[in-house]
Amino acid sequence: MNEIYEILADIRPEFDFKESSDFVEDGYLDSFDIVTLVSELDTKYNISIDGLDIVAKNFCSIEAIMNIIRKNGGEI
Amino acid sequence: MYNSVLCYLEKTVEKYPDKTAVVDKGGNITFKKLKHCAQIIASAISEKNVGVRKPVLVYLPKSRWSIVSFMGILYSRNFYTPTDVGFPFEKVKSILDCLHPVLIITDGANKGKLIKNDVSQDIILNIDELDFDSLQVVSNIDHIIDTDLVYTLFTSGSTGIPKGVAITNRSIIDYVDWVKDTYQVSDKDKIGNQAPFYFDNSTLDIYTALCTGATLYIIPETLFAFPAELMQYVRDHLINMVFWVPSVLINIANSDILSRIDCCCLNKILFAGEVMPNRHLNYWRRFIPEALYSNLYGPTEITVDCTYYIVDRQFEDDEPLPIGIPCRNSDVFILSEENTLIEKEGQIGELCVRGSSLAVGYLGNEEKTKEVFVQNPLNSLYKELIYKTGDLVYYNDRNEIMFVGRKDFQIKHMGYRIELGEIENAVMKVPEIGNACVIYDSQNKDIILCYEAVEDIMDKDIRRFLTKVIPKYMIPTKYRRYDSLPLTDNGKINRKLLESECIGD
Repeated sequence: MNEIYEILADIRPEFDFKESSDFVEDGYLDSFDIVTLVSELDTKYNISIDGLDIVAKNFCSIEAIMNIIRKNGGEI
Repeated sequence: MYNSVLCYLEKTVEKYPDKTAVVDKGGNITFKKLKHCAQIIASAISEKNVGVRKPVLVYLPKSRWSIVSFMGILYSRNFYTPTDVGFPFEKVKSILDCLHPVLIITDGANKGKLIKNDVSQDIILNIDELDFDSLQVVSNIDHIIDTDLVYTLFTSGSTGIPKGVAITNRSIIDYVDWVKDTYQVSDKDKIGNQAPFYFDNSTLDIYTALCTGATLYIIPETLFAFPAELMQYVRDHLINMVFWVPSVLINIANSDILSRIDCCCLNKILFAGEVMPNRHLNYWRRFIPEALYSNLYGPTEITVDCTYYIVDRQFEDDEPLPIGIPCRNSDVFILSEENTLIEKEGQIGELCVRGSSLAVGYLGNEEKTKEVFVQNPLNSLYKELIYKTGDLVYYNDRNEIMFVGRKDFQIKHMGYRIELGEIENAVMKVPEIGNACVIYDSQNKDIILCYEAVEDIMDKDIRRFLTKVIPKYMIPTKYRRYDSLPLTDNGKINRKLLESECIGD
């Protein structure tokens, strides 16, 4: 979990992701960030997140991101 | 001949009063209501006694109300500048300092930000306080002439001071009539808007819809982060025409969405703003073969586009796509460094433009205007301005124009036009940084910051600082720290060496 917080903090250091209940709604992650985040997660967990899984509800919280990594075969 | 872009709206209201003009995530508005509300705003502006032909800033979230406000400002015989409420205020302030608007149109939710940043209450018009059910005062548009301004859009300036490109009614009418005829746009079309309103690609979306009676869908910005949801939106709303930046089309191709979501409702796919790679375009053509694909090209200074290419043949993945031929009533030609005309195939020179599309210059900035809006060197008989784009191009063997790159340090990143100098300027405001050079890796779409730190600083802290000064799309994506940046023999930062070190590793 901390690893993911670190990745997020690198992408948007101006935000405290622990404060947000919905990263997308709160505007913490925009289209640039999602592209960067998916590519970071793909590299870090040696996975390839399916395009159909790149939807807002899979990136709105830390739990959702962890689920999507697991769903795509990543180990956390 | 029309004197004002408002004629588009008026004619369309006569023909299709109750048809939906604009749809956004909060609701929709008909053409008749759009005109009515715009005139209410126009009356409210006139009551403020601000005069005519003056700049008005629109500080609203992107929605149907932005378009109503634009039209309201035009009905009041003034011109508008859209800004993003998500911009750091320092960026908004640099626009305010250049524009000196007589009025700022905002809503209840964003008014506070203006007040907090010392904007005078007297120049704020809060549209939430207007009564849109009241009787309209009919605004007369007969006094508008086609050389009056419609908008001033701000582009990145290399010194950090933005440049306000001033565009007249005539230029927009010239452009939109061409779009309507070339792409056969009618009231049956549904246009899916992506471009922010401060980016002039939105001129096509907004004014083509107003001109033809097509419905404009303002696609929620968050969907552009999620290609599957974006294409579901396109499919669900049966959007058939889009004018998007290539980055969005590339993202959809990279996520392989089209094989899984059927978007054959799309039959006009236009793009501009940056280079569109054929590899990704071929993906689109494979899944939506029946659609018309068109690559458009043009800087803000010549009103959206001056060349276009309708894709008419097969391309290999690694072949470049032409930017094509001049748009109707535009003359586009290539000048050598010696200001001679280049007509020979393959010879590189600077693309120059002549026509009604030319901006009247940069607002309040005679010096910058004179640098790029110059007397046509090929015409010594009468006064005729051309715009020197700074873009390097050549003719291919079919006499189509091919884009090569820039003469200077301007880049296109995710469709946004950015001067690397503006980023460097912002970086130099970070107290811990002694010197900096920003380079662009166009292959990997990375803005790379090379910097010398005088004190310890983390990349994160630099980013955090920059988010307060420049828009998100300008923030460097890679950081490299140097004890001292390499210099050339005459003491300037050795950009070429940095480029060879940083790009491609």
